[in-house]
Amino acid sequence: MSLGKLLERILQLLPVLLGVSLIVFAMMALTPGDPVQIMIGDQSVTPEQEAALRRDLGLDRPIHERFFLFVTDAVRGDFGESFYHRRPVADVIAERLPATIELSLVALIVALATAIPLGVLAAIRKNSVLDRLATVGSLLGVSLPGFWFGILLMMLFAVHLQILPVSGRIGYSSEIVPITGFLLVDTLLRGNLSAFWDALSHIILPAITLGLPMTAILMRVTRTSMLEVLRQDYVTFAEAKGLSRRRVLFRHALKNALIPTVSVAAIETGSLLGGNMIVETVFGWPGLGRLVVESIFLRNYPLVQAAVLFYAVTYVLLNFAADLLYTALNPRVKL
Amino acid sequence: MSAPLLDVRGLRTVFETRAGTVCAVDGVDVSVHRGECLGIVGESGSGKSVTFASVMGLVKSPGRIEAGTILLDGCDLRGLTPKQMRAVRGKDIAMTMQDALTALNPALTVGEQIAEVFDAHDYTLPRRGSARARAIRDKSAEMLGLVGIPSAESRLRQYPHEFSGGMRQRIMIAIALACRPKLLIADEPTTALDVTIQAQVLELITEIRARLGMSVVLITHDLGVVAEHCDRVMVMYAGQVIEEGPTAEVIAQPQHPYTRGLLASIPRPALRGQPIRPIEGQVPDLIGLPPQCRFYSRCPLHRDACLAPVAMRSAGPNRRVRCILSGEPVE
Repeated sequence: MSLGKLLERILQLLPVLLGVSLIVFAMMALTPGDPVQIMIGDQSVTPEQEAALRRDLGLDRPIHERFFLFVTDAVRGDFGESFYHRRPVADVIAERLPATIELSLVALIVALATAIPLGVLAAIRKNSVLDRLATVGSLLGVSLPGFWFGILLMMLFAVHLQILPVSGRIGYSSEIVPITGFLLVDTLLRGNLSAFWDALSHIILPAITLGLPMTAILMRVTRTSMLEVLRQDYVTFAEAKGLSRRRVLFRHALKNALIPTVSVAAIETGSLLGGNMIVETVFGWPGLGRLVVESIFLRNYPLVQAAVLFYAVTYVLLNFAADLLYTALNPRVKL
Repeated sequence: MSAPLLDVRGLRTVFETRAGTVCAVDGVDVSVHRGECLGIVGESGSGKSVTFASVMGLVKSPGRIEAGTILLDGCDLRGLTPKQMRAVRGKDIAMTMQDALTALNPALTVGEQIAEVFDAHDYTLPRRGSARARAIRDKSAEMLGLVGIPSAESRLRQYPHEFSGGMRQRIMIAIALACRPKLLIADEPTTALDVTIQAQVLELITEIRARLGMSVVLITHDLGVVAEHCDRVMVMYAGQVIEEGPTAEVIAQPQHPYTRGLLASIPRPALRGQPIRPIEGQVPDLIGLPPQCRFYSRCPLHRDACLAPVAMRSAGPNRRVRCILSGEPVE
């Protein structure tokens, strides 16, 4: 990967970001509901006070002017102030981000750790009971809505069996002073094992819920590509060399079969961002997704705009990572 | 004559399909002697590749070996466990495939693909550690050198796509020969290559065969290749052997009408300007074959007696033919 190519990718990002900002800006402006009215609520204020607030938030200017201001400020790294928190948007987002990243990473690990072995097994034992179960399961996995599946899990494990907590990120008794913001890491760094188990027990259900559609998709991709690879001459040739079954399956077949799986996984990781909003709301997870949902209800324009920009950048970077991984796994391709 | 290296008797390999049971190999007897090169000729679907996939134990579901014995050096390969069979594959019997581009794994370096054969079969290597790794690397480089790839040491780190077609074929041969097998099965070794490279690859196989004293089975549909490189030839048609004998004799005096047809359909410089004479008709469907001679429908000489099952007949010393018009019945 040359520096020029890297630069090219970064430049490609610019029109995407501009387009995304424009769309979000327009959609927020077109959505009914006035942030000033929402902020005032039931309080009685004079028209002068209301106008002052409007001016204070910059909402008295026409929309094209607001967009221009937003873009010029954003270029300098200033995303404005959250209407609700009255603090810079970037700070508010940064506070919530670790929780979301942690949840997404655990969901990703859960998805990869179940999808790849299941996909491989289903391919090796094609048309077996296991294969059929996995196929039906993956269909369910893609079609079950996250909020419903999440509540189902919650009812079973938290309400009936009472072996896992209902919601939140960690119990009150286990709260610790953060270091990295990732609780699973911080509890270990502080040597507090009981807090680590507490955090782990909180993250399991939301991570499974968030990772379910991804697990289903990755399992199917792995199964299909594994079946494809097992038909290849090089697998027969590897068998003709008298190699162990394990070596044929994992070194020869899986290495090739994982190429599509890994690229799809990198792209699908972007979809975890969208899933986060629902799952975080269902499980009371204090992350970015829930913050965005709340901000949409409050018509907290600056926060929604910045968060969506953040999603867009992440998505594009993940696609880029998918390309890089594809190259790393497939020696025939050079970027 | 000493016992053959490979002795296959009454091999029957079938594939279960929705349309019925396909009998791809039907009662085939093959013997390969030490140091000889046996050519197997036949068109696509004649069962030549399946016969040797059966020998290698590489027939995959929905296919299975239904009957027959496969003796290698007196040991029945069909009686071996999968693990024991893996110890034979790649060590005693090795195989090359038609197209090296698809037979070599695109995601692994050439060095690794050679090294793993030594790793699986070579018990003379140091047990473990860097000494083992070094010994394997040296042996791998030596194999690449043996098949004529220059600066082998550095090329071990390259991937198959970084080599030319002829080079890849040589690499595949190097892999097959790594553990000095007693028998090499070369399945259409030249089909995917252009003519000049074809000659080089065949020369290489012939030369290494002489040097290592191994036996070679050359599966091909090119009678020219057989004429030049094989001591004996076996012609297959629709899952059966229909003619067998020393190459020179079979080509000079083919006994079976199918063999004659094959030889007549080769373009020759002497017959320039005349149309090529193909064999009319098509190979019969291998599902639910009638007991008659399988070449009946295409044979210019067929008669009513051909509608009965035809057994192999003797046609002189070391020659056999499956046609009632030639040879004599064997007891």
